[in-house]
Amino acid sequence: MTLVKNNLVIEDKWTFVGDEEDLPKTNAIVTLKRWQEDREALLARFDNLGIVLRSDENPQVIAEDVSFFQVIALDFPVYTDGRAYSYARLLRERFGYKGELRAIGNVLRDQIFLMHRCGFDAFEINQGGNKALKIWLDAQKEVTTFYQPTGDGRNTVLSLRERRRLAKSAS
Amino acid sequence: MYKYDDYDQQLVDERVEQFREQVNRRLSGELSEEEFRPLRLMNGVYLQLHAYMLRVAIPYGTISTAQMRQFAYIARTYDKGYGHFTTRQNIQFNWPKLVDIPDILKDLSKVQMHAIQTSGNCIRNTTADQYAGASFDELEDPRPWCEIIRQWSTMHPEFTYLPRKFKMAVTGSPSDRAAVAIHDIGLRIRRDDQGDLGFEVMVGGGLGRTPMIGKTICEFLPKEDLLSYLEAILRVYNQFGRRDNKYKARIKILVHEIGAETFADLVEKEWVHIRDSALQLPQSEIDAIQAHFTPPPFEVLPSLSSVFADKVATDQAFAYWVKNNVREHKQQGYAIANISLKPVGGIPGDISHTQMDALADLADQYSFGEIRSTHEQNLVLAHVKRDDLYALWQKLDAYDLATPNSGLITDLIACPGLDYCALANSRSIPLAQRISNRFGELDRQHDIGKIQIKISGCINACTHHHVGHIGILGVDKKGQEFYQITLGGRADEHAKIGKIVGAGFSTDEVVDAVETLIDTYLNLRENKEETFLDAFNRVGEQPFKEALYDAR
Repeated sequence: MTLVKNNLVIEDKWTFVGDEEDLPKTNAIVTLKRWQEDREALLARFDNLGIVLRSDENPQVIAEDVSFFQVIALDFPVYTDGRAYSYARLLRERFGYKGELRAIGNVLRDQIFLMHRCGFDAFEINQGGNKALKIWLDAQKEVTTFYQPTGDGRNTVLSLRERRRLAKSAS
Repeated sequence: MYKYDDYDQQLVDERVEQFREQVNRRLSGELSEEEFRPLRLMNGVYLQLHAYMLRVAIPYGTISTAQMRQFAYIARTYDKGYGHFTTRQNIQFNWPKLVDIPDILKDLSKVQMHAIQTSGNCIRNTTADQYAGASFDELEDPRPWCEIIRQWSTMHPEFTYLPRKFKMAVTGSPSDRAAVAIHDIGLRIRRDDQGDLGFEVMVGGGLGRTPMIGKTICEFLPKEDLLSYLEAILRVYNQFGRRDNKYKARIKILVHEIGAETFADLVEKEWVHIRDSALQLPQSEIDAIQAHFTPPPFEVLPSLSSVFADKVATDQAFAYWVKNNVREHKQQGYAIANISLKPVGGIPGDISHTQMDALADLADQYSFGEIRSTHEQNLVLAHVKRDDLYALWQKLDAYDLATPNSGLITDLIACPGLDYCALANSRSIPLAQRISNRFGELDRQHDIGKIQIKISGCINACTHHHVGHIGILGVDKKGQEFYQITLGGRADEHAKIGKIVGAGFSTDEVVDAVETLIDTYLNLRENKEETFLDAFNRVGEQPFKEALYDAR
């Protein structure tokens, strides 16, 4: 398993903690259940806290809490379960989440770019380091034209056309 | 019609190369068939019973002659010389080799065509009224809106792995030829009380195992809000649509389970957040897209064409074709010509490469270089001068494209069925051919009048059999093909799901059963003007049921 972020393979400093497991001193990613049950204790104890959401756990329930997390991990149990694409956009574009948004689970070559467009910036890829990085880099290169405005800041075709129209009318 | 700009072209070119790379990974063995499956499906490549099949998108059913000639070239070069028009206005090639498909897509990209999202659990090709821009009752051409939807939905990062496939249709006329009420989203252009044009939005229509008519969740949507509203609907569906059961995953089930009002509330709540976002369509963009669909340079013509009237009076075969296949046009002196792909005893929707080339020439000569495909598996030349109809008809006839049966009983719709399709339970094409042959005699067809028979080879209902006046569904019963009959369905602005009339019929019995239904109708109709559907609606199913089953 390799974690790719910002065009690099990076060391994963975070620990996913099961509901029955003891918490590490820092950098724990807890479940929604644990967060809801131990919210105050977790906040008192941690500077570095992450949360993982299953694909049937809608981030609406943590909409007010996103500033408490440095990592939010969204699970793709199978790549065909596309709920987390919407969740990611809601977290980024509506709930104002600025921390790491990590894709976990069935994270594959041919979906990874769509994930990035929806706001994911970290990817757990089930391959060795070099292969995982290549998967990420290759996936970035394939498409450079985008119709849909998302929160990723890429220029859309519409905005480019508008710019052209403005330039034309100015000249 | 719409012409790609460099951005549109670049995206399609990039997609071709992306797919080529995916095919290479499959051919090298890096991807298993199972891993490759979702990738090929996202680009319209199915694995059928005998071969791969490639489904090419025809956005809103509008085809240029250059595109039609490219279809002919592809059919000739990579396939067995023919193509098949589908009930979603697309074209399918049934025998391409996987290794050739990237090249086929490259050839398509040269004429601004693609196979993006013609399969998979994503937003599919948006369909429209085949008479768009030609019909006299049209409020506005729906195709610019379909093009706007095409662009927005193409490789949408959020909506590529939906619970299930997603289909939209748009009509600009009050008389609905696009069957909008049986789509996941149906859009009907209408006026509000200020006289402004916008959309009525229907959601949750669909057929398959659980047929449903769409429900209106927005009476009037301002045009500039189209994409934000669609995005809101899709976002609600993507989050809350069922993923536990493939057969309950379409949006119609979600709308049904939570209720149209609750669904509309969820959409409204989502929409509030994104209505004023970058999804809002600037007038400049709407204008730019609409400029691609301005009417062709029609000539000013007299309302009466003496050439035409003379030929109708003197040539009976032409007169029949005019009566059945030619429709009124909004422009004086012009007409809409329906090109039937249903020769008696033929395969519905099939067309040879020579026919494609011939039709392209005729469209260049007589219809401003544009052809339409219909969800009834036919083609249309939308803008033909009345003066030219006779010459056109003669040339069509030379290519076996002048079957005068539009809207008649042999204009039946059939899916590929068990002859091609991996999902089918039964054959459809041979049954369509047998029914067509049984009723092929033209006088008899005229006597029977307007009627629509739709044959699906399985419950996925690709031909929309639930909304056929007579619907026929093939089922598998202990290894035998059986055909279940529904009556009284319709797909127009009064859309209605037909009712199953009773026990199914064997392959040997089913054509006789259809004939019994037709004879029953002929005996009980009040006069020749009363169509099968009108008569059925007046008397109900009982007389038909008795005729079918009492003698048994």
